[in-house]
Amino acid sequence: MDNFVCLVCGFVYDPNEGDPENGVAAGTPFADLPADWTCPVCGAPKDQFGKE
Amino acid sequence: MKALKIAEGIYDVGATDWNVRDFHGYSTENGSTYNAFLIIDEKVTLIDTVKVDFLDQLMAKISSVIDPAKIDYIVSNHTEMDHSGALPRLLHRIGKDIPVFCSKMGHKNLASHFGQKINYRPVADGEELCLGKRTLKFIETRMIHWPDSMFSYLVEDKILFSSDGFGQHYAGPERFDDEIGEAIMPYAKKYFANILWLYAPLIKGVLNKVRELNLPIEMICPDHGVLWRQNPAKIVEAYTRWCDLQPQPDKALVIYDTMWHSTEAMAEAIVAGLAAEGVSAKPMHLRTCHRSDVVTEAFDAKALVIGSPTLNNGLFPTVADFLTYLKGLKPKNKLAASFGSFGWSGEAAKLVEDELKTMGLHLSEDPLKIQYVPNREGLEKCFEFGRRIARAMR
Repeated sequence: MDNFVCLVCGFVYDPNEGDPENGVAAGTPFADLPADWTCPVCGAPKDQFGKE
Repeated sequence: MKALKIAEGIYDVGATDWNVRDFHGYSTENGSTYNAFLIIDEKVTLIDTVKVDFLDQLMAKISSVIDPAKIDYIVSNHTEMDHSGALPRLLHRIGKDIPVFCSKMGHKNLASHFGQKINYRPVADGEELCLGKRTLKFIETRMIHWPDSMFSYLVEDKILFSSDGFGQHYAGPERFDDEIGEAIMPYAKKYFANILWLYAPLIKGVLNKVRELNLPIEMICPDHGVLWRQNPAKIVEAYTRWCDLQPQPDKALVIYDTMWHSTEAMAEAIVAGLAAEGVSAKPMHLRTCHRSDVVTEAFDAKALVIGSPTLNNGLFPTVADFLTYLKGLKPKNKLAASFGSFGWSGEAAKLVEDELKTMGLHLSEDPLKIQYVPNREGLEKCFEFGRRIARAMR
């Protein structure tokens, strides 16, 4: 599973960790994140992420 | 020290830092201010604090209006230390478990600075807080310019407390836009170029969001510099324009450093070539001009021509410094080129080019290198190089 980096603030989404604070379980691939998921640091939408 | 009354029951109680000249690597030739605002209502409210070294100034100004122990609420629009640094000591002196209203990210970030013992009250975007006769409305503005940033809007008085947005590093006798006039705009532009440039697309979104909220704004109070009371629309219009990142089509900068004046001679010949084609161009020497002033000029230039001598097979240190700084600001919509004099290996001009390519700038020329001192023929090459760049700008 690939890591994805936020092009706005540099936050790295690691699927192995998920985003538990915002209800995303560990092991969730980036592609499976809900469409309205946003960067937990800067609020950027999914389309502002690129493969690390 | 007296507080400055800015409206009925509302005061600027912030601090003036007359002597700061280096603000984390940004040159502040006229100092700065750390603005903080006191609202006297049923709930006495303080918006933001100051750098920790200026706590006494803040306390004295609050005391000129009211006993600081009567503060009921504190709002933290931004976690950065020039606005929150005095918070723990202020709370210690007031001796109360005063609620500190902040954004969700503000809660996280304040806790990372000062621990969990403060009575944080995270607020949602759009949430309102009743102060008595007045209402504060919070507007999340993430990444303008930290994840925690937010605006607070005082509904009844139509005042926007805009944190670092619309700010300027300027300390002077003037405290309002009408007192200083047009002379404040270069400071506002320098602030935008050095602090906010990379977030321009997000700022555009926030400006639209504020427009859609349809909030009448009679005054904008940023956390640095003068307050916009006569014509707040002027700075909003300037931000709208700056957010478009459209360079001046006929402006070029030749940015360089030099060891024995050879790269300098090249820079001046390139400037002459650009000028010969009608481009407004000037050289900026990196040990004479501060990086933050060079960036302010680079912000709206169409072409950046960057020169470095080769030192020990690499870049000259000030050029590496500048390129690192520029890259972080994510420049767009610009033409770029590189040049430099060298002794025996000559890596620098190519290294500059590599950095410019990484930034995604458009390069119309190969790097121009000249060994040791440029002779007449070499200077002619530089002149023609400048001319070709000028033509590529069209």
